[in-house]
Amino acid sequence: MIRVENLTRYYDDFCAVNRINLDISRGEILGLLGPNGAGKTTTLRMLTGFLRPTSGSIRVKDFSVDKDILEIKRLMGYLPESAPLYPDMLVYDYLNYVAGLRGVARSDRLSRIRGMVDMCGLDNVMHQPVAELSKGYKQRVGLAHALINDPEVLVLDEPTSGLDPNQIVEIRDIIKQIGKEKTIIFSTHILSEAEATCDRIAIIDKGRIVADESTGALKQQGGQENYIHLTLAGADLASVKALLNDVAGITEIREAPAGENGDRPDELRLQLRCPATSDPRRDIYSRIRQKDWDLLAFYSETPSLENIFRKLTREN
Amino acid sequence: MSPTRSMFEREFKAYFISPIAYIVIAIFLMVAGWFFFSAYFLRGQVSLTTFFTLLPIMFSFIVPAITMKLFSEEYNTGSYEMLLTLPVTIKQILIAKLTAAAAFIAVMLVPTGVYAVSVAFTGDLEWGPVIGGYIGAVLLGGVFSAIGLFVSSLTRNQIIAFILAAAICFGLTMMDYALFFLPESILSVLQYLAIGTHFANIAKGVVDSRDLLYFFSVVFVSLYAAYLVLSEKQ
Repeated sequence: MIRVENLTRYYDDFCAVNRINLDISRGEILGLLGPNGAGKTTTLRMLTGFLRPTSGSIRVKDFSVDKDILEIKRLMGYLPESAPLYPDMLVYDYLNYVAGLRGVARSDRLSRIRGMVDMCGLDNVMHQPVAELSKGYKQRVGLAHALINDPEVLVLDEPTSGLDPNQIVEIRDIIKQIGKEKTIIFSTHILSEAEATCDRIAIIDKGRIVADESTGALKQQGGQENYIHLTLAGADLASVKALLNDVAGITEIREAPAGENGDRPDELRLQLRCPATSDPRRDIYSRIRQKDWDLLAFYSETPSLENIFRKLTREN
Repeated sequence: MSPTRSMFEREFKAYFISPIAYIVIAIFLMVAGWFFFSAYFLRGQVSLTTFFTLLPIMFSFIVPAITMKLFSEEYNTGSYEMLLTLPVTIKQILIAKLTAAAAFIAVMLVPTGVYAVSVAFTGDLEWGPVIGGYIGAVLLGGVFSAIGLFVSSLTRNQIIAFILAAAICFGLTMMDYALFFLPESILSVLQYLAIGTHFANIAKGVVDSRDLLYFFSVVFVSLYAAYLVLSEKQ
């Protein structure tokens, strides 16, 4: 459906996107993940024809971005970051205007707009100027803008940034619902979001793609290790180390980094690393039981995407 | 409906949604009316010549106020990104914005028709020069709009867009009055560039192809410059 080859973009001397290759098939939801300034927005802007690549090629179906940019724009619905709509227009007028520009026939326009209103929940704001809308509604109007001509590809740039938790869930649900039929590319720096919505995740850092895999595979890569968290009162690091030293399956014992609630002096917070294949929790518990310590917390965690993300975007 | 037409309609309506349009029209009518009628009875001449003579100077400041937002505002709100990723070309955007500004200027000129009518009551008004004058006024508005459009494409700051466009338009207008300072060798070139002589011909009711050519070439050059600026931004 979309094939990106050696895509590169310079801003003067600064290389924002560096020889990116991507292959996106029909019906896929691809998440473009990366820290701020990694080149996500620049990549999406080139895909949608707002910026021209310095070199490299983009093909959407049989159209190339150099020659048939108009055709590509027709196939794509694009929602730029923070949904910059004309502030002085009424929502209805705006959608009507966009529908006209994107070639929705006059006779279908009203029903298309009605469909968008239902899907994006715009009932109450149709006759308000865009400038008066809240961030969440603006984003929804932006989504309606992108979807109004039923495009085959949907490109969303950080669609949930700046929204409250309820709105985030709503937008995500809409994306998922649309994603059943359409190809969607969206960028985000929120890991759980990518994990919850995407079929495939491409991690991009400093203009390069550092990982491009299905969400499941990427999580597995990160999940080769488990962390066991242990909080004890009345214990010290040395004696715990001595006690748990020979437990099979623990590769490292260390003090956990300071928690959000602040460290309390009488509590010892530990992080035990162990391979995903072993589960030494029973063994650990039986040993702690012999001591006169209070066990305050004891749980295991699989750090998945977050780990991978940090590893890839810091080391490179 | 073609994309150009849709964009034209949006731009044209946008003028009337914001109060700027009404303020600009009101100021224009006040200034034009005062200059025209305060001199009219002193002259005792049944014509609109004074009105048309003053028009280039008034337009030098009025038209940039109309065109300053065309691109600057879009850059500033970011809506330019939305616009450019819709299935439209830069050429269509430019033509839509230019024609919208010119149409707005034409609407702004309509109330001045009252001058012509009231003048016609006081004596025998020759309608030929009046009609020629209005054709010239719309052309002049188009030329200044094109210049304003180009300047607006350069910056996201509307104030800079206004000042720069006003300076260029005013410069083109005042060039006529500065010509006698200049050496003869470059005189004819600058005289051709100055807007005053071309407008004066049309305002007299003489629609000469050389003057039309001048107007259309300034429009074309400005639009092309704007086209280059917008392409470079990509």
